[in-house]
Amino acid sequence: MKVIKEKHPLAMRWTHWVNFPILTIMIWSGMLIYWANDEYKITLFGHTFFSFFPDWFYSALRIPHRLSEGMAFHFLFMWFFTLNGILYVLYTIISGEWRELLPQKKSFKEAWLVLLHDLHIRKMAPPQNKYNAAQRIAYTAIIIMGLGSVITGLAIYKPVQFYYLTWLCGGYHFARILHFALTIGYVGFFVIHVVQVILAGWNNFRSVISGFEVLNEEPKPIIKITPPSDEKNIQ
Amino acid sequence: MKKTFSKKQKAPKKPLTIEQKITRRNFLSFGTFIVAGSVAYGGWKWLYNSPEEARTVTAGARAPLRRALNKTELAFRRIFSNNNLVKTYPKNMAAKAVRHNSDIGSEGKIDIDAWKLQVKKHTGEVLHISLEDIKALPKTDIVYDFKCVEGWDQISHWGGVKFSDFINHFKLNAETELQYVGLATPDKEYYVGIDMPSAMHPQTLLAYEVNEKPLPPKHGAPLRLIIPVKYGIKNLKRIGTMSFSDTRPPDYWAEQGYDYYSGL
Repeated sequence: MKVIKEKHPLAMRWTHWVNFPILTIMIWSGMLIYWANDEYKITLFGHTFFSFFPDWFYSALRIPHRLSEGMAFHFLFMWFFTLNGILYVLYTIISGEWRELLPQKKSFKEAWLVLLHDLHIRKMAPPQNKYNAAQRIAYTAIIIMGLGSVITGLAIYKPVQFYYLTWLCGGYHFARILHFALTIGYVGFFVIHVVQVILAGWNNFRSVISGFEVLNEEPKPIIKITPPSDEKNIQ
Repeated sequence: MKKTFSKKQKAPKKPLTIEQKITRRNFLSFGTFIVAGSVAYGGWKWLYNSPEEARTVTAGARAPLRRALNKTELAFRRIFSNNNLVKTYPKNMAAKAVRHNSDIGSEGKIDIDAWKLQVKKHTGEVLHISLEDIKALPKTDIVYDFKCVEGWDQISHWGGVKFSDFINHFKLNAETELQYVGLATPDKEYYVGIDMPSAMHPQTLLAYEVNEKPLPPKHGAPLRLIIPVKYGIKNLKRIGTMSFSDTRPPDYWAEQGYDYYSGL
């Protein structure tokens, strides 16, 4: 028999889907800004493995020579990104949802088992509530990353007025590197997230839009079987 | 207690089956999702294709984005304080080869002896101030991290007179009641507008030295603005005229789509 099981609250679904286009716009406009001083590369022992970003990448996304445009978009959508994040965090705190989200002591050990299970190395996954240990870590980390983007962003946006944030982020250069690295982190998160959502299937995906999952439960017996009264209960 | 809404009693509705509930909720939520998604996409198209602003002291940005930039400026002006100072560094950390990005308005050489700074007061009176008059004022040095809007930065060492000292010495205090300072190169090719609080920030200099030597032409000889609370685009080289106004003076890069405020 089919049963409706409530999964994701309305506030979580809205903030999730509102965040998606906003973060996309922030990443895109951020690239328009980064292009004007695209100095980051991965270099090990004097050999450059990758430059952020290759020319074909820039031209494919039509990024070059759009600094002022990028800044104008970035400094508008930063408000929505921050506000949406605040609403989500407030919601999880007030609703008590944070209990399902924050990693527990055992989560770090369990996340490893979840990973092995997901990679089909281990048969059993540890028991879980709404989110498994790896999800708890990932969904908490992504919020901390969001906060990190706001803080490092302010540190490079107003390094004089928010000098203490710039100091906290290890200076102007390091704040800019962190801001960039966090963005690369979002892209990595996105790729794994989408793969996991595809693997988890329709029922799971639907729950992030309509809020519920459909479970098949064994029908429970309607008539309670009670022992005949003339027999003694042996207890 | 039962409330009677109407005299006609309707037949009691059958409770929805599970299948019906699922269909109903899917319909509502996916419907909302598609409608909201379409509205968002339409909103984005509207913003992306919105016309450029009408050309005023600012130009080159989409009209709604310019409005947003100006609103954002107001928000960040509220936290601006003269007590927030840019970080300074020891002299030996200053770059020997000071980066140079652009020559607009300061190309070629200039006859420093003939040069005079024109200060246009709002009363109409014009002061002509020589470099000697400016150098006679107490000198202030600053070694700080110069920041370009492009994203690079460089620790550099500048010397000159504090903008606020200059104002006091030449009795321009009444001018600082106005909201903006306008600066332009002698050929009027490059020009900036600075809000008065930023201009009067204690680290804003009218600089005539870099690395303790007179400014070379490419760094804005004989006198340039060094304003650490702004991006490099506002640090006008080779100042020709200074004026004061309550409206925004023209600004070179604000006409190219950049934020007028460009404050740090």
